[in-house]
Amino acid sequence: MKEFTLRERMTMARQTMPEQPPGERRANFSEVNLGFTAGLAVLEAQRCLMCSRTVCIDGCPVGVQITEFIDLVAEGDFDGAAKVIKRDNSLPAICGRVCPQEDQCEGACVLARKGRPIAIGALERFVADYERLNGLMTAEPPSVRSGKAVAIVGSGPAGLACATDLAKQGHDVTVFEALHALGGVLTYGIPEFRLPKEIVQAEVAQLEKLGVAFVTNAVIGMIDTLDDLLGEEGFDAVFVGVGAGLPRFPNIPGENLIGVYSANEFLTRVNLMKAYRPDSETPVYDVAGKRVAVFGGGNTAMDASRTALRLGAEKVAIVYRRSEEEMPARNEEIVHAHHEGVEFQMLTNPVEFLGDDEGFLTEMRLQAMELGESDDSGRRRPVPIAGSEWTEGVDMAVVAIGNSPNPLLPKTAADLEQTTRGTLVADDETGRTTKEGVFAGGDIVTGGATVILAMGAGRRAAASIDDYLRGGVWESKPAGVPV
Amino acid sequence: MCIFEILEARDLAPDVRYLRIKAPKIARRRKAGQFVIVRATPDGERIPLTIADSNAEDGWIALIVQGVGKTTKIVNLLEAGDAIRDVAGPLGMPSRIERFGTAVSIGGGVGTAIAYPTAVALKEAGSYVISIIGGRNSSYVLLEEEMRAVCDEVYPTTDDGSYGYHGFVTDKLTDLISERRHLDFVLAIGPIPMMKAVAEVTHPHGIETVVSLNPIMVDGTGMCGGCRVVVGEETKFACVDGPEFDAHQVDFDLLARRNRAYADFERRRDDEMDPECVIGRSHTAPGATS
Ligand SMILES: Cc1cc2nc3c(=O)[nH]c(=O)nc-3n(C[C@H](O)[C@H](O)[C@H](O)COP(=O)(O)OP(=O)(O)OC[C@H]3O[C@@H](n4cnc5c(N)ncnc54)[C@H](O)[C@@H]3O)c2cc1C
Ligand code: FES
Repeated sequence: MKEFTLRERMTMARQTMPEQPPGERRANFSEVNLGFTAGLAVLEAQRCLMCSRTVCIDGCPVGVQITEFIDLVAEGDFDGAAKVIKRDNSLPAICGRVCPQEDQCEGACVLARKGRPIAIGALERFVADYERLNGLMTAEPPSVRSGKAVAIVGSGPAGLACATDLAKQGHDVTVFEALHALGGVLTYGIPEFRLPKEIVQAEVAQLEKLGVAFVTNAVIGMIDTLDDLLGEEGFDAVFVGVGAGLPRFPNIPGENLIGVYSANEFLTRVNLMKAYRPDSETPVYDVAGKRVAVFGGGNTAMDASRTALRLGAEKVAIVYRRSEEEMPARNEEIVHAHHEGVEFQMLTNPVEFLGDDEGFLTEMRLQAMELGESDDSGRRRPVPIAGSEWTEGVDMAVVAIGNSPNPLLPKTAADLEQTTRGTLVADDETGRTTKEGVFAGGDIVTGGATVILAMGAGRRAAASIDDYLRGGVWESKPAGVPV
Repeated sequence: MCIFEILEARDLAPDVRYLRIKAPKIARRRKAGQFVIVRATPDGERIPLTIADSNAEDGWIALIVQGVGKTTKIVNLLEAGDAIRDVAGPLGMPSRIERFGTAVSIGGGVGTAIAYPTAVALKEAGSYVISIIGGRNSSYVLLEEEMRAVCDEVYPTTDDGSYGYHGFVTDKLTDLISERRHLDFVLAIGPIPMMKAVAEVTHPHGIETVVSLNPIMVDGTGMCGGCRVVVGEETKFACVDGPEFDAHQVDFDLLARRNRAYADFERRRDDEMDPECVIGRSHTAPGATS
């Protein structure tokens, strides 16, 4: 911090992270962002004003000690910086890549007012990568064992974070995952070009070193119910982190035509099943030279549209019923999508899909929207403009309008209370559900949210599970989440 | 990680294999009508296969596999002692089992294998069970002996008359109806045109009819919606809401079209699959052998 005066720091430019050029990257699945070099990271860290009122930390959902880690980066102690972050965030290499920083730490940064917030996400990513690539990640199973066993259902960020803390506290942890691969949305949803799977695998490997056992192909509710886990399987507590994996459809005519996908299906085929590789065993609709429309405005829509481009689509448009301003996606993804050539068709909504005799999608009927009054989320509600319908040709459509909680597990546990939205009722601080010994967190409780919130919920639940296992008292006072 | 060892593998018909797989947990939990998702190789596809039989005490499940696509053909090259990489299940809703006066179980080709556990369960529930086993020719009449051991009447039928009743399963069913037999329930499992034809025969007589649908699936847990079928104007996910549905409500034409979604891909893949390269693949695939 000695090099620059406060005044100099206030005027220095924000360092930009190197990335693959748009023309190149739109034809490959390698990571778009290349990450800071050590030099860039130090320069960027030296820009930090080290405010005494740390508004950035207030902006972080899990309270990462941002100024403390940035100070260490500025001094070149990258490993030390990584360890500081890990006190509060167990998945920094992932969160550095996928957090909506502009709404959190970077949005709160005082330099944001000048449009030059500290690149906290890029720094977080840099130190976590530094730690991983230099073999500095540590994981020692504690020698003192608690003698208690915990089952974690779901291997997304909520489950992985919960497993990490419980394993460090000396409990025997087993993670049950329905799919054949671990990581939840990080693996089947978010594409390789935004989050390399190698990073998720490194996190899983860390957990294995901590002594966590993983059971894939285990669909809890079908093979074992929660009662089985707590009964004959001998677990003392269960954490449910099954995410919000049920795709919503617009409920319009023609949505079952071939070529109309949920984003979950399209992304699962490409990411989890590797359909982007020429020798893949799993097919995906062949979009080479074709027209694609993606419906929605979140990260999922950005991921689906950019995936379609990389599969060789001729034209890809994001069709969204509000304006770009209201899009919930991360800014960076919206910018990247623009640069790569995704078209943005705003204030537009589908009303019907049309197909040929073989059942393949050929056209869509769209409708223009305008923004009316604000709704509960504070965003202006889109209203259809009467008589504005028109038809456009399209070969593949991806519906990315959100996911609901998957009812598969909750349905098999009658004493697990749900809200009318299908989410589980669980205390926000402790993760305790209405069923004794069962905790929950992540998207299954909040509905589709973010990686950092899921991770934070997993960690709070781990602390509360530890309490419960050591004290043995079940005090359930679910907050009665408003429905 | 679990290892799903193959305990027994034998041919039932040309291209149709019976596989007995060690899967103690699934064997204990599964009910008639449920299925598993199988992945045979490290980068293999996920395919649904109905559980044809199981034994909870000995800890095995049986699958009957028709080699139609690349994955099923690879699975059918496996022998006792080999292992299957991933088997997830049981999945789907169990069959509705009740004591019906007279129930008819109709199976076409490998569909008989899928109908078999439900026929057993219907019998155990106290129904009088008639089994119609349809095959293109005599070699595709499956599980006749097994069906005879549990059902009250068994009628093999062949399209070419090479064995049993000469005609389609629907012809035999029509005969039963015109003999004024009172039928309370029909379960039909087989190719889509067969299930559709059975539904058309039973509909005017108001006979409750259930079919088991086989849409393309990926996860089998309700996560992707790839298995969408339309039943009574409503979209359902076959992997979690089914696979069995009221035959009189199913949009069979839609199902048939959607199942052709990747026909081009399959064709290309089949061309690549001359027998030699298939054998090479299955032997080099780590995880496919134990
Ligand atoms: C395409 C896409 C892009 C996204 N991009 C971002 C982003 O950029 N930034 C961000 O912050 N968030 C993003 N999100 C949201 C974020 O991924 C989720 O909020 C987060 O993953 C939720 O974590 P989770 O642990 O609650 O659940 P999940 O990640 O959904 O994991 C749940 C796991 O449980 C398993 N499971 C489900 N049912 C069972 C069962 N019965 N038995 C056993 N296992 C079961 C599932 O297979 C899954 O692996 C994105 C989401 C999607 C779909
Ligand atoms: S197979 Fe994915 S939802 Fe049914």
